[in-house]
Amino acid sequence: MSRDTLTGSRIRERRLIAGLRQSDLARDVGISASYLNLIEHNRRRIGGKLLVDIAAVLGVEPSMLTEGAEAALIATLREAAVDAGAVAAEVSRVDEFAGRFPGWAEVLAKEHRRVASLERTVETLSDRLTHDPHLAASLHEVLSTAASIRSTSSILAEPGELEAEWRDRFHRNLDQDAERLAESSKALVNYLDESETSEERRGVPLEEVEAFVAANGYHFEALETGAPVPEAMTQGLTQGAARKIGQDLLSQYAVDAKVMPIADIQKALSKHGMDPIALSRVFRTDLPSVFRRLASLPPEILSYEVGLVVCDASGSILFRKPLVGFALPRHGEACPLWPLFTALSRPLVPIRRRVAQLGRTAAEFDCLAVAWPQDMPEFDRDPVYRSIMLILPVASAETGQSDAQLVGSSCRICPRDICGARREPSILSEGF
Amino acid sequence: MNRRVLLIEDEPNITEAIRFLLTRDGWQVVTHADGSDAVEVISNENPDLVILDLMLPGKSGMEILRELRELEGMEKLPVLMLTARGQSRDREMAEKAGVSRFMTKPFSNAEVLTAVRDLHAQATQL
Repeated sequence: MSRDTLTGSRIRERRLIAGLRQSDLARDVGISASYLNLIEHNRRRIGGKLLVDIAAVLGVEPSMLTEGAEAALIATLREAAVDAGAVAAEVSRVDEFAGRFPGWAEVLAKEHRRVASLERTVETLSDRLTHDPHLAASLHEVLSTAASIRSTSSILAEPGELEAEWRDRFHRNLDQDAERLAESSKALVNYLDESETSEERRGVPLEEVEAFVAANGYHFEALETGAPVPEAMTQGLTQGAARKIGQDLLSQYAVDAKVMPIADIQKALSKHGMDPIALSRVFRTDLPSVFRRLASLPPEILSYEVGLVVCDASGSILFRKPLVGFALPRHGEACPLWPLFTALSRPLVPIRRRVAQLGRTAAEFDCLAVAWPQDMPEFDRDPVYRSIMLILPVASAETGQSDAQLVGSSCRICPRDICGARREPSILSEGF
Repeated sequence: MNRRVLLIEDEPNITEAIRFLLTRDGWQVVTHADGSDAVEVISNENPDLVILDLMLPGKSGMEILRELRELEGMEKLPVLMLTARGQSRDREMAEKAGVSRFMTKPFSNAEVLTAVRDLHAQATQL
């Protein structure tokens, strides 16, 4: 049954949720109960003032009762069905399900969103657990104390008499461990809370620089003239190494801004659209500079967000500007299938790939990558390459039109079992 | 003669609980809490089985295991490794280093007892 024929079913469900009798609702909106009955069983179409009146009595927006009102809900339900994989959900009848059982549909969609959120948390924590020694030590403390409590309490819970000396000792141990667990859990929670907000908990210098650039929206108005970077700009960075990295990054920004002034790039974008090759020709500069510049433009110049990743020849991530839907691991160890890394095997050859990242969102992106020598060439010296990848969102109307290359975020949280690029098993396949 | 187990663990309350469990199960339990001289202690005590924590002060359980397996006569000594780090790479490293069994915290008492009994039974059948 199509969605537009189910307005009546939705009215019925909403009426029952509101605890109204059919006759009461009919009276309130000035129609007969038998006519309302026909509407509720989808035997009469409804619209206009009557629909508005019914919605008002039921305390919902009219759009909740009509076609399209459940679009987001239905999209979430479809996503839940796809994620469930082998489960044979009646996807073709999802409209009917949402119409007939809006409450249950909401519950399912809510649970699906919650699972997605928890998976993202696992992803973040897993990433941090691997690379953050403080977090690893804190969790070790918590788990060791939990092990002690579990072992001790199991002994105490066993049937039969325990010698008084042992019993007292285990009670004491349990008391100590409980206190220790409370303290270590509190410290861990504080650490996790602080790490989201504190300036002091930036971990490695690169992270501190990323946080600094992100806080400025990746755009520095003061550098748009191409003037040298004042040292004061990076004085807020706490670590010396971060200040050095930040200074280099901002100097590069100033150079890019001078080569591609904001007014000129705005005009070039109007004329050529999002075509980095054309922009590179217009400004007689290389693609990495164009990519960097595009990623630094404010919303009034470029109306949509773009992502950017830079790595060195070892694959270590040097800079990341995240883009919603395209997960970037915090500390490198990214998916080797990213065009960013493919470009390293074909230096100076621009690569463009439509990719879809495995996982919850499964959104598509256009990834444009190129690897370039970091320094000027010298005789008898191997060039050292870096690679840069611009990540462009793909309009939903365009998705699914071509075969997108499936990539992951990092092996640890990638659900794809069979992959020639896999480095290590995924925690997702281990029951998380 | 009592079967002897050497428990190398720096968490005193875990040590106490495991010592109680194994003593009740008929084991003679020797304990040690420092990693730096653990290999010497194992050599001197000559236990039937070792329970080894991964994260120890002085020297990690992984290093101790590697050094132990280099010693003559210690190649087959059953070693049960305990760790709060359950990552697959730690497990793989421990297996490469010659661990007999790998157990993640928090474990149950039954798991520890079963593992110790199994490892000892396997070792005595060899």
